[in-house]
Amino acid sequence: MRKLLVDYSLCNGCGRCEIVCSKAFYKEENMKKSAIRIFSNSYGGYHGQYRLAVCDQCGVCARMCTPMALNVDAHGVWKIDKSKCVGCLICIGECERGFIYYHDDLPTPFKCIACGLCARACPTGALRLSE
Amino acid sequence: MKSEIHLLAGQHQQLTEYKYKPKAIYRGYNNRSLHIDLSSMTIKEKQISREIKEKFTGGRGFGLYYLWQAVTPQTHWDDPENEIVIAHGPISGITQYPGAGKSLVCSISPLTHLPIDSNVGGHFGPFLKFSGFDALELQGKAGNDVIIFIDGNEHLIRIMTAPREAIDSHILVEQLSEMYAIDKDDKSNIAIVSSGTAAANSNIGMLNFSFWDKRRGCVRLKQAGRGGIGRVFRDKHIKAIICCFRGVNGDLNNPADKRLINAAGLRLHKEVANCDHLQNNMRKIGTANIIEVMDQYDLLPCYNYQYGSDPKTQKISSKVFIEKYVTQGVPDGCWYGCSLSCSKAVDNFLLRTGPYSGQRVCVDGPEYENAAGLGANTGTFDPDWILEANFYCDTYGLDTISMGTMTAFAMECFNRGIITLKHTGGLDLTWGNGESLCELMHQMSRGEGFGMIVGRGIREMKRIFVEEYGADKAFLEDIGMEQKGLEYSEYLMKESLAQQGGYALCNKGPQHDEAWLIFMDIVNNQMPTFEDKAEALYYFPLFRTWFGLLGMCKLPWNDITPADNKYSDDPSKVPGHIRNYRQVFEGVTGKPIDDDDILKMSDRVYTFQRVFILRMGSGQRCHDKPPYRSLGPVTKEEYLSRQPRYDKQLKEKVGFDINGIEERIAALRHWREQQFEKLVDAVYKRRGWTPNGIPKLQKLEELGIDFPEVVSVVKPYLQAEGFWPDYAE
Ligand code: SF4
Ligand code: SF4
Ligand code: SF4
Repeated sequence: MRKLLVDYSLCNGCGRCEIVCSKAFYKEENMKKSAIRIFSNSYGGYHGQYRLAVCDQCGVCARMCTPMALNVDAHGVWKIDKSKCVGCLICIGECERGFIYYHDDLPTPFKCIACGLCARACPTGALRLSE
Repeated sequence: MKSEIHLLAGQHQQLTEYKYKPKAIYRGYNNRSLHIDLSSMTIKEKQISREIKEKFTGGRGFGLYYLWQAVTPQTHWDDPENEIVIAHGPISGITQYPGAGKSLVCSISPLTHLPIDSNVGGHFGPFLKFSGFDALELQGKAGNDVIIFIDGNEHLIRIMTAPREAIDSHILVEQLSEMYAIDKDDKSNIAIVSSGTAAANSNIGMLNFSFWDKRRGCVRLKQAGRGGIGRVFRDKHIKAIICCFRGVNGDLNNPADKRLINAAGLRLHKEVANCDHLQNNMRKIGTANIIEVMDQYDLLPCYNYQYGSDPKTQKISSKVFIEKYVTQGVPDGCWYGCSLSCSKAVDNFLLRTGPYSGQRVCVDGPEYENAAGLGANTGTFDPDWILEANFYCDTYGLDTISMGTMTAFAMECFNRGIITLKHTGGLDLTWGNGESLCELMHQMSRGEGFGMIVGRGIREMKRIFVEEYGADKAFLEDIGMEQKGLEYSEYLMKESLAQQGGYALCNKGPQHDEAWLIFMDIVNNQMPTFEDKAEALYYFPLFRTWFGLLGMCKLPWNDITPADNKYSDDPSKVPGHIRNYRQVFEGVTGKPIDDDDILKMSDRVYTFQRVFILRMGSGQRCHDKPPYRSLGPVTKEEYLSRQPRYDKQLKEKVGFDINGIEERIAALRHWREQQFEKLVDAVYKRRGWTPNGIPKLQKLEELGIDFPEVVSVVKPYLQAEGFWPDYAE
């Protein structure tokens, strides 16, 4: 199964992944349009100082999608089909970990599709794509 | 199937066609409605002025406004000028907040002869809006069965004869979806309004509003149940209305500020995802989650509202339906974005009776009302019969609530020997005979037998039983659970004074959608005084009316609540959700509103509706009188079933001990009827009505609905009561 693996201890919070992601999909450098998010880990509980919030392709969010816009591809990656999505935001509520994002400018939510661009851009090796 | 569909379509004869100009929705409104006259086959557009929007908001408000214009005080339900108005509302069609796909349907009812409003899910309302119209008026009568096709992308309307299609909804909607969709996926873009064979033969005909269920691969049906609008529909010879719209997304309302909508929607989605399984289990079993709860609190109507519980309820508890019948784990929203997803269904249900016997079908339900009305109230504690009856009500176009309550009444008459096999044509109406319950529907569908008498509704049944079968009028008046001609919905209100008012003081007839106060009243004892009760009977009917103005569902308001709701100022109002609604309203329309504005918007329409029913010959205090069974025990058995409670009440409230049961029943009745009248006084006063239930002129002026034609309706009544103000002379 293809998904992004995260090693929190290596993340230095530089934000390159967020920028690469939003640029790839929305043609702008806007971390609010990124499918991977960095949070400073002020509450502890993780190994490093930062927490990376990105989908791990469990598929739970797809269950309540009425138009069946959320489907799994041959690599085990869950993708939103924008032509079918009606922008209801239900999937966001369904993902317990909050790994689907939306932006008020955009008609449909977005999530990580495990393309690996961010992993390639990450200078510390905190992100890796598993096959 | 394709070739069969070609054959059906080949029989269509186009009667008229109408092209209209596309126009983008602005902040929730098209500012345009559609009028179809089926007698002359003319189609026209109407502009919706700013004033109409300000006074009537949308949905039920628009429906009543247009209906008022269409009819006269003499209009009968089957006169051609009677209309069916289908309207959604300014919020309708957003996908981000749960419950935003409702349509409100208004017409002069064959049961009550008054304006009725009925609220329904399905995709038709939003599609009608995206196609360019805020309301659809259907007037006149076609010569033969027709279908009306609205193509929201091509901006085209066609009316055609449709001689060959089925009439029963479960077949008709599949035929039409196949006919109008390009392929299977495209069926999501088709929404259909239809009724059924029995609707033509009974006063309780309803309308089905469809949506395509992608996961199940079948068309689902939601019902505009109350008041017999399906009969009007079939009387106009409409087989179906089809609206096709491709390209649904969350922004079609062109909202003023989407941020507000998104934020509110997401808050609720999360709440549902986190709390539903801890609260009402709506996602698992929908409204049927309360069957056993109602039984536990003695509120489940059993055997025609005689009792509030029965040991057999365990056989039809929500657990049974979840475990054995209702398909689990699928999204069942009646419009996009409803994460509460209560529109459950039973798949592959095997029918045992009627024309479709032996077939496996998808049953839309059971909703609580169906299980309680068709089940407990008729003594049919059997899930299979409940589902069979549920299915046939839907496909035949019958209101499950009226069907349940009417059958319960007929069964009580049968079990008491008031009517016999001779009257029923050999149909055994012993309590719990599910087969006979279904046979009544089959008779309505075929247009024959005792079903044709039951199908007239309780008011007419009472008349026939008295005039033709020699029944005791006073007794039937006591036990026949109708008021204003409409059958009661399925809650036992006998022990809750507030709910007695909640039912009896409804404009359209006794339906719980205006006020559901039983728990607040008797379980939590939150309303000890008449004034408290009156306040609740002022606030809740208005607040709940608001949903019908906007095109919203009220279930996501209080069938899920924020985890910290109980710490809020007024948990019964769910303040957290009211805040969401204010935000969503502002987000779509651009108009910020406060709690008072909500009540004002509703009060205009609510009061207008009261004047409307007055105009149609009802709407005075005498018309708000309920059958005694809704206030207290009519029979000895009923008294004995709650003897300790009644004895105690007599002793404490009436202040004396009485010996015989009959005497106690009479004394209790006297006291309870007095209590009810005191409640009516308090409520009318709070609502700004006279003691005869007439809205005062000052009230109409305050609300800005003192239109001359409205004032002229109330004037003679106000004059007669001495409430016509000097300044108005
Ligand atoms: S977005 Fe959340 S629910 Fe959906 S696949 Fe990813 S982790 Fe699972
Ligand atoms: S927002 Fe789109 S992908 Fe998510 S549940 Fe709704 S329709 Fe499906
Ligand atoms: S709560 Fe039920 S009835 Fe209301 S919108 Fe959702 S699915 Fe429809």
